[in-house]
Amino acid sequence: MSVVHMASSNVDNKDDRISRISSSIRVIPDFPKPGIMFQDITTLLLDPKAFKDTIDLFVERYKDKNINVVAGVEARGFIFGPPIALAIGAKFVPMRKPKKLPGIAYTLLVHSCNYYNLFSYLTYITSFSVFVICAFVPMTYYYTVSERGCWEVISEEYSLEYGTDKIEMHVGAVQPGERAVVVDDLIATGGTLTAAINLLERVGVEVVECACVIELPELKGRDRLGEKQLFVLVSST
Amino acid sequence: MFAAENGLRGDPRLKAISDALSVVPNFPKPGIMFQDITTLVSNHKVFKHTVDIFVDRYRDMGISVVAGVEARGFIFAPPIALAIGAKFIPLRKPGKLPGSIQMQPKSQFYQVDEIMNLCCPGEVISEAYELEYGNDCLEMHVGAVEQGERALIIDDLVATGGTLSAAIRLLEREGAEVVECACVIGLPEVKGRRLLDGKPLYVLVEPRQ
Repeated sequence: MSVVHMASSNVDNKDDRISRISSSIRVIPDFPKPGIMFQDITTLLLDPKAFKDTIDLFVERYKDKNINVVAGVEARGFIFGPPIALAIGAKFVPMRKPKKLPGIAYTLLVHSCNYYNLFSYLTYITSFSVFVICAFVPMTYYYTVSERGCWEVISEEYSLEYGTDKIEMHVGAVQPGERAVVVDDLIATGGTLTAAINLLERVGVEVVECACVIELPELKGRDRLGEKQLFVLVSST
Repeated sequence: MFAAENGLRGDPRLKAISDALSVVPNFPKPGIMFQDITTLVSNHKVFKHTVDIFVDRYRDMGISVVAGVEARGFIFAPPIALAIGAKFIPLRKPGKLPGSIQMQPKSQFYQVDEIMNLCCPGEVISEAYELEYGNDCLEMHVGAVEQGERALIIDDLVATGGTLSAAIRLLEREGAEVVECACVIGLPEVKGRRLLDGKPLYVLVEPRQ
């Protein structure tokens, strides 16, 4: 893969580390379906120096920015997020596919009160759902909010090329006013990252930037993030 | 083998790790007391303790491969790998590793300086196994490990050991020597056991009640 100029990504092109990172990424054609050139970071992970350099580049950028939260999108964001979080003294918050986070699931019209051990559980306050349809944006939002303590899980649905997907987060993992960076291995259309940003902002977190190893600029994910800053190491055309 | 029985008895970090876990009853199904590590990793100090304990143990053991089981193993294994200078290998659910669906033919788009596996890039091997609740399958890229490399396998929790057994088989099929399996939490099924499928098992804490 070639290292195309990254004028918008704030990284010095001459950096030898970028060059090594870029050449350690493997392109796999026709995965997951014909016509797609998949950017495989597993080969980067097999090169300890390239992997370390990747983390170092993110850490250098964020260590003095008072970042409290590094949110990583399942599953490849789980690989890059925690080392960054550990190095900059932030908490790591996993953003997961549906039903993976243990939590009290509930639906629009039903709420249940479960009292197991009041010493261990926060008091159940209220439970309500909000259903919002935005007719004027490309994406349709469906979200539910519950106030049931630290096992409260909120979710955000977002559009894929075909169909929709959803990501979830523990509400209790973050506090309003905290500053966050969202990490994933790659940004394509920006749908996943936008959903992640929305989840965090809904609970009052300030998303400072999104950080990815790879950008696919033709898919215009950067535009979809709008005013949110995007930092990438490698841009692939 | 629990850390407290192996040189870390009384280490306050172990209590901090245990206290940082959350228990969610009846997840993913009734009767299961789920040990949730998300509260651990959202506590920076305790997360660092967890990684440090593993790093201190494995730093001088000549480990060149750290394999992590999807998805929570992906949270703990890479920091360990980075700290000890080893490569990180993700062991993934079926169909996730690129190239998993079919073997890819050579094409004009290949880069001549690819690191590995020029004839069948992306080829994976898989192992089926039984879970505490259900069945599943684990995959690994062919060529990710070299013959004779010393490997660690990391996951957040060990219950029956089915997942870890599949992971051991994957790595051994590719010629690696599995030195140890390590988990943050060990359920009662593994208490008193030093070995899993003949490989040493190292666990930090018991489940939180």
